[in-house]
Amino acid sequence: MPTYTFTLNGRSVSVDAPSTMPMLWVLRDLLGVTGPKYGCGVGVCRACTSHLNGAAFTPCTTAVSDCAGKKVTTIEGLANGSTLHPVQQAWLDEDVAQCGYCQPGQIMAAAALLKSNKKPTDADIDAIQNVCRCGTYARIRAAIKRAAGE
Amino acid sequence: MGHFDRALGRRRFLTALVAAPTLTVAARLGADALAPAAAGAVVPSPAQPADLTDFGDLMAAATAAETSLLVLQVTTDNRVVFQLPRAEVGQGVTTALAMIVAEELDARLSDVDTPLSDARSDMGLAQSTGGSTSVRSLWDPVRQVAAAARARLVTAAAQQWNVDANTLTTHDTAVWSPDGRSASYGSLSAAAAKVLVPAVSTAPKSTSAYTVVGQPTTRVDARDIVTGKARYALDQPVAGALPTVVARPPTINGTVVSYDASTAKTMPGVVAVTQIPTGIAVTAQTFGQAMDAKAALNITWGAGTIDSVSDSDIQGNLAAATPPLAPVLTPYVEGTFNFAFVSHAAMEVLTAVADVRSGSAEVWTATKSPTGAQSAVASAVGLSTNQVTLHVVRGGGSFGRRLFYEPAVEAAQVSKAIGRPVRLMWTRNDDMRHGRLRPRSYHRVRAGYALGNVTTYQHQMASVTVDFSGSDTGTLLANDGYASPTIGTAFFGISEACPYNFGVVTEALTEVTYKMHTGSWRSVYSALARTAEEIIVDELARAMGQDPVAFRLQFLKTDAERAVVSKVASAGNWGQAMAAGTAQGVGFHQEYRSRAACLVNIDCTTSTPRVTRAVLAVDVGRPVNPKGLQAQAMSGLMDGIATVLYAGNHLKNGAVVEGSYADFHYPRQATAPRQVDVYVLPATGSTPGGAGELCVPAAAAAVANAYARATGTKPRNFPINF
Ligand code: FES
Ligand code: FES
Repeated sequence: MPTYTFTLNGRSVSVDAPSTMPMLWVLRDLLGVTGPKYGCGVGVCRACTSHLNGAAFTPCTTAVSDCAGKKVTTIEGLANGSTLHPVQQAWLDEDVAQCGYCQPGQIMAAAALLKSNKKPTDADIDAIQNVCRCGTYARIRAAIKRAAGE
Repeated sequence: MGHFDRALGRRRFLTALVAAPTLTVAARLGADALAPAAAGAVVPSPAQPADLTDFGDLMAAATAAETSLLVLQVTTDNRVVFQLPRAEVGQGVTTALAMIVAEELDARLSDVDTPLSDARSDMGLAQSTGGSTSVRSLWDPVRQVAAAARARLVTAAAQQWNVDANTLTTHDTAVWSPDGRSASYGSLSAAAAKVLVPAVSTAPKSTSAYTVVGQPTTRVDARDIVTGKARYALDQPVAGALPTVVARPPTINGTVVSYDASTAKTMPGVVAVTQIPTGIAVTAQTFGQAMDAKAALNITWGAGTIDSVSDSDIQGNLAAATPPLAPVLTPYVEGTFNFAFVSHAAMEVLTAVADVRSGSAEVWTATKSPTGAQSAVASAVGLSTNQVTLHVVRGGGSFGRRLFYEPAVEAAQVSKAIGRPVRLMWTRNDDMRHGRLRPRSYHRVRAGYALGNVTTYQHQMASVTVDFSGSDTGTLLANDGYASPTIGTAFFGISEACPYNFGVVTEALTEVTYKMHTGSWRSVYSALARTAEEIIVDELARAMGQDPVAFRLQFLKTDAERAVVSKVASAGNWGQAMAAGTAQGVGFHQEYRSRAACLVNIDCTTSTPRVTRAVLAVDVGRPVNPKGLQAQAMSGLMDGIATVLYAGNHLKNGAVVEGSYADFHYPRQATAPRQVDVYVLPATGSTPGGAGELCVPAAAAAVANAYARATGTKPRNFPINF
């Protein structure tokens, strides 16, 4: 079985896995990193959203081989030690979460959006595809605007 | 009902000291858990059953025989621990209960822990979560137990300092003396455990002294959630628990005739292939490998239980089963309505971890029926109930779904068969195609009016039978003699009431049974029956030449009900000029001893209608956490938008067509309102009503009514875009 090496939340890791194994299961089942959640496995719910070289990606549809040599960040790696990322802090300030299951993905999607777009408009926020079955959309929108300094 | 102490205005709960090295106080939960409603209003329409007894009251009555204890403990490291006999699925009950404990104990909220109790067979049905009853049922006993604990801590401090206990105060998880000395609760706990007769009152404080209850408060688990630390069932660190998925039939309740796993077993990572009653389970090192091997199974499936049945058949049978409405001699409005099947589609699919050994089993799952799940697991693997430890873990949404516990049973069956601990997951496809559905329903409504009054209101609803079996709700209703003629009609009787003075009111449910997976879906019948009713209310107003808001204010029965409608009308700028193709709509609902109104603005100028703005007002009698109540209102709003405009399931030849959020169109940001305002009305009573399901019917109705006004149509079939 091939070995793949990548940077996970700032640390170099190596795993033995078939090349096509989806990164979601590499993270969750082989490495015990459970922040990224399964919601569909086919790229439509975005609950698993994490960062690959700083951009949002869905580990459930990304093979481990496509992550080799890259920087993978999950929700566990977003904060700087005990200092929350501004998006996480905004999520606390707006008390966004309900069941919380979609929120790692929502936060990672919002953090990636704000990285490339410092002042997202309502239309930009509308383009976020992550499902929240608890319906926290209004607070997500408010939290993104708060994190953007509005 | 339990004994109602009129002198106090609410029941007293006996509390007791539990023999323990540190302070541990218990109160009995059961007979006294819910206060009966105040007497009804003065109304021309006679009270319907739901006006007098609702599910919450029934739950109290049905659990009256239980003598289970709620236990509060103060540890030597100054933690206040209340083992919460409820499920946390996003509704915020851990936060609300921590607030109530902190309030009565004068503890810092951050010093209070509310872990979810393992299944407690002594507690039985009193441990179930449902019917928006959690805060209602725990409010009195938890306040009592915390107040009793506080009195013992104060007494212990007075003894240590040799001062009059009445001179001491409490705040910040400590007792304080007038000279400035203080002692933490943790340091007093051992001494307090020996206080048999407290020297100060053990009565809960007066509501005017509240500093925690009623304050908008962030969830106690918010930081764990945003940092990824919050653990759901599959995230539990159970060593060696192997990923497992189940191959399920192509049609509902199909069975395995034969299967060939020879290819699957040779695939990478595969550990075991096991037949269980619901399909063929594949266990592997990772879920990806388990799913790949599942796809490689060669299974011959037998027929399911409804293979020849599609939506149109059911709709026809429901219509045929619905009793005709009585003719009316006055002018009238009427409508027939159809609501499609709807999946719960909780974000976290159904999951459980199980470790079954000889003579014992341990299970981790998010369930709202823990003792039901515990005994189902026990009988599935041939153990006695007390040999099964069932840990209730946080759930990723429920909406009624987690009253049922299929994954716990399946995980236990597989674990027993292979002799290893397993983590069992339903895939999203499984969840939508073999999970439970809100039943399809059909409604005939007719309302007659004369001389400015509504004189008759008739509503005949027919629904595919809600299968409550396999949930504590079903057990509870059956135990209480409500199984005849069906549990569903009984539940309908205690949950549905027309809130308007509409003269002679007739409402009834007829159920048509299909052998398929249905279940209670957030607000059960209300989001169906009340939405149809609220649409007719708007049509009555139009026929009688009245404004929909003014009409509701005239015909609602109580001032409290009118207050929430008035609030959304003023805050939502009701009657504002709206562009062509856009409109406002309102809806109202009362249940669970609470009331809510919703006003929405809708834009129907494109093929995908969108609610652009929403205003909700909720009156729950006594708000515990306004922020949490706002969250529940927003969530109910989204369920209303979803089920009226976009989200439903088709049944075709015995199978559910939709398989994921790609075709089950739950809203996303682009179809959610950009502006939502929720007003939690100040306390109007001494006790909290229910809130978890309250806003779904009001919101669904507001969306349907706004759609009707924007498009000039009479919406009858839901979801509208289906
Ligand atoms: S699990 Fe749904 S997009 Fe990855
Ligand atoms: S918070 Fe529950 S799915 Fe988003």
